[in-house]
Parts: sequence; C-alpha cells; structure tokens
Amino acid sequence: MKALITTWLAAALLVFGSLAQADLTIEITRGSDRATPIAVVPFGGGDALPEDVSRIIHDNLARSGYFDPLERNAMFERPTTGDEVRFGDWRALEVRYLVVGTATQEGNGYRIQYELMDVSGERRMLGEVVTAGNGELRGAGHYISDQIFEAITDIRGAFSTRIAYVTARGTGDNIRFVLHVADADGHNSQQILSSDEPILSPSWSPDGRKLAYVSFETGRPAIYIQNLNSGERVRATSFEGINGAPAWSPDGRRLAMSLSKDGQPEIYVMDIGSRDFQRLTNNSSIDTEPSWAPDGQSLVFTSDRSGGPQLYRYDLASGESERLTFTGNYNARGRFAPDGESLFLIHRGDRGYQVARQELDSGRLVVLSDSGQNESPSVAPNGTMVIFATQQGNRGVLGAVSADGRSSFRLPSAEGDVREPAWSPFLD
Amino acid sequence: MQLKPYAKCLALALSLALLAGCASRGGSQDGMAGSADGSRDGVSGSDATRSGQASGSRMGDGAGQQADARIPEVRTIYFAYDSDIIQSEFEPVLASHVRYMRNNSDASVVLQGHTDERGTREYNMALSERRADAVERFLNVQGVSPSQIDVVAYGEERPAARGQNEEAYAQNRRVVFAY
Repeated sequence: MKALITTWLAAALLVFGSLAQADLTIEITRGSDRATPIAVVPFGGGDALPEDVSRIIHDNLARSGYFDPLERNAMFERPTTGDEVRFGDWRALEVRYLVVGTATQEGNGYRIQYELMDVSGERRMLGEVVTAGNGELRGAGHYISDQIFEAITDIRGAFSTRIAYVTARGTGDNIRFVLHVADADGHNSQQILSSDEPILSPSWSPDGRKLAYVSFETGRPAIYIQNLNSGERVRATSFEGINGAPAWSPDGRRLAMSLSKDGQPEIYVMDIGSRDFQRLTNNSSIDTEPSWAPDGQSLVFTSDRSGGPQLYRYDLASGESERLTFTGNYNARGRFAPDGESLFLIHRGDRGYQVARQELDSGRLVVLSDSGQNESPSVAPNGTMVIFATQQGNRGVLGAVSADGRSSFRLPSAEGDVREPAWSPFLD
Repeated sequence: MQLKPYAKCLALALSLALLAGCASRGGSQDGMAGSADGSRDGVSGSDATRSGQASGSRMGDGAGQQADARIPEVRTIYFAYDSDIIQSEFEPVLASHVRYMRNNSDASVVLQGHTDERGTREYNMALSERRADAVERFLNVQGVSPSQIDVVAYGEERPAARGQNEEAYAQNRRVVFAY
C-alpha cells in the first residue's frame, strides 16, 4: 500500500504542512484533563465498502486518549471535502478539528481522499489521496490515523503497528497455547505458533520482522527465533533449566535472556550471529526479565537480591548494577519508554499488581492502571500507550492505558485467556 | 556434598514424618505413608536425632518390598505464598518418594514447579524453579541419586485450578512428581 500512496494537492500540503508544524502548540499535553474534540465525518461512498475507514480512524483517535471524537449522530451535516465545510457549524459543536473525505472502489482496490481541517483557523492542515489494494482498507485507515495524529500532536502515530500475544484455552492437561500477531487494534489476527505446551514472552526484533519467544513444546523451555514472513525459525537456546525472558537489543544483533543453567536465573546476552554468551549477573538470587535501554548501553532487569523483586539497571560499560525501584516491595518486569527517561513496570500496590511508570531521574513512581492482577506491560513505539494483560471476570484480556494514566481501554478478545502482549516497533 | 546444614532439618523432617504417618495423613490408600511404614520411619527418625547424616542411608532400609515397588499415589505438594519452604505436613509425601526412588534406582522423576498467577510470568518461572529445587535438595540429602531427578519450572503457565481466589491460588502453588 505504502508504495501506492500519492500526495494530493502537493502545494497545499507544503503550505499547510508548515502550518501544522506551527500548530503544534495545540493544547494536547499530558496534563490536560480533556481530550481534544475532533469529528471524523463518515466518508462519502464509504457505505459501499467492506470496511468503514472513517470509523476505523474515529476509533483509533478515541483509543489514543488524545482525542474525543464526536459521535456521528451529533453531526448536523456530512461534508466530504474541505470546500463543503461550514466552519461555524462545527465551532458551535466545539469541534477543534474535522476529518472529511471520500472512499470509493477503483479497479481491484480503493481510493480514499481525505482532508484534515483546523476548525478555529478555518484552514486545511492535510490533504491526501491514498490508494489501497484489495484487503488493505484497514491498513489505509491506520495510515490516515497516523497522519492525522502526527499533524495535530507532533507525535508519530502508532496505529499501523502490530501486537503479538498468546492465547490459552482449556484447563489442566488440555490447554492449547497459541501465539498470534494482530494489528494494534486487535484486528487481522494471524496464528504464529500453536502448542499444547506453554508459549510465553514474545519479543519483537527491532526491524519488526522476527519474534523471539519461549516455548515448552519439547517439554522443556527453549528460546526460539521465528521469521514472521517465511515462518522459518531456529532454536536459540535450550540449556538445562530456565531459558526465559528473551529481549532483543536495539541494534538487533543480541538477545538478552535469563538462564538458570548455572544454578539460579542469571542475565545473559547472546550474540545472535556467533552464539557467544556474555553473563551479566552472578549471585545467588533470581535475575530475570531483562529489557534494553533504547541506546543499548544498559539493561533493566528484575532481581530479588534485596529480598523481594525490584528493578535494577546493569550498565554494560562498567558492569555495575544499580537498584532503581524503592517504592513498595514488589516491582518487576521493567520496560523502557522509547525516550529512555522512564520505565513502565508491574508494581504491587493497594489494588494488587498494577501497571506503573517510574521516572528515572526523580525516581517518582505513578500507578497507571486501576485494577489489580496486571502483567506484561509493553510500550507502544511512540511511548503514548502501554498494553498489558489483565483480568475481566475470570478471563485474561488485554488492556491498555495511556502513558499518563488518563485514558485506558480494553482490546476485544475471542474465547480463552489472552496474555503476554508485545507491541511491535514502527513497521516501515 | 554438604549434608551438615541439612542434618537438623532432616531430623525434624523424619520426626514429623512419624507423627504424620501415625495420624494417617496424606493419601495412604496403599499403606505407603501409613502405619506399616510409619513404625520403621520411627526407628530411623530416632536414629536421625543422634546422627542426621546417617539417617539418610538408613531411611527406608528394609521397607516393605511390595509397597516400595509402586509409585507413591500422592504426587503433589503445596507451598505457602511466595515461599519455597517445604511445609512439614508434606514431608511424609516426600519420604514416600524417597523410599520409592531409593528402592527403584531405575526410576526417574521430573519435579515440575508451579506458582499461582499473581505477579509477573518470568519472575514466577524463577520462583517455581526454586520450589522444585527445594524438593530436589530434600531428595538428594536423603540419598536419592541426582541422576534420577530432573526439574522443569512452569511458573504460572499450567494452573491446576482456575479462579482469582485463595483456594485456587493454593492449589496452584505446587511441585508435582512426574514419573
């Protein structure tokens, strides 16, 4: 699809593109109590298509926590081009931005023309024609969402990314574990691996083409690396004891992991090309759940060397580990924000095991999720959202919360328990 | 092999095993942990109080051939929250497996460690390994050959019971003897 994307009204884009930059000051800040009101008008001709592209955009923007899209039944008029927009009418509805467009079939594919209008400035911020092949309508909706999100917030959109997760159905000896990859909104799920033994800890390669994960398919845990396009896979480690918690380095050449081959779980780094191992930790406690800093210079990991689990940071240059978390007696599975300035983690607080964020400079810890029993936080590549595993009734489902804790949502799930989400990097 | 630190535990374990055996606790349908063996355990137990190191090799000596030819029926022991300490009520169960393994040197067992679902998955994996390791040490100290024992840590991945309540959690914090 990407190759087919063409710009429309190139001159207008240039002009309004720079205006959009100037518009970055729009009050979308993490401190804001209100999401920005926007209206995504149903696209002209969209009813005839298999997917409602404007609905996909509406839902994406709503889930982001940055926007509060106007419901369709509150719209008095449905313009399909910028020229048809009567700004005063939308100002009356207190809408700040407007998305209008048309979506039509063209040959074997689709042609979507959209414009993003700034209501108060009475001007066009974006205008584009997107062509999508058969089966690419949802992808087109995510692409357009990304453009709109970035034009208004100056943050790269992450709607075109994917998530890996594991489902488990059944109980006792009859559990079926399946590793899936789906779009970030939960649609287009594909099965990657199915087993009657546990599968856990999927980790994306930085290029988004491979997954490392732990599978017990031989009756013992082993770490595998699987190419998502070809399906080809290799067993990376199968030592005696735990082979767990694989984490890809930012340069894609190394895999951090936890191995208990020498007694208790320790953090190792494997060079994927040479299969050389470097042992980072060496003590009689549990060391697991490594995660790389975005600059690749350090790793955060969980250790119970002080008694209960806490997060530590291992500096690769000095070989020293420093304790990072001091709030409460259970802090585990840290994941860096993309800017490297904070960590997302599981913190045992008033309501059980909750997703929290800790600023590295100040050490301040903020609980983000509102229910207990959360696991496996994974951060969107633009840092705006964290996806995690949680409980709804007696079932495991995926939840997500914005990085500032202000908005949250759950992902639709099929039957069975859903867990172990891993948010992909940006997929170019 | 460092037996000394375990000597006291062992003595205690064996005394408790006797008590538990006499009280007819713990799945003794075939009499394995029941009174027939209980009296023998009692003998070993009192020896153990004098010489913990010796007790390991004495334990189970001369135990009924019939009983020790069969895999003990009770193959799961349970743990307290966030703990890998073997609770005294399960020591008779371990003792029955020790007798079986020592009398059947061809037998091998996989100790499967499990946790409840609370907490993070990979950390729970490590906790479950600790539980299985604790059982393995217990068996080794009592003279079971390390070559007969294997450990697989499952963490919270294979719950025995579903539900977010203490009853389910308690059933999931366990080590299973898989022969």
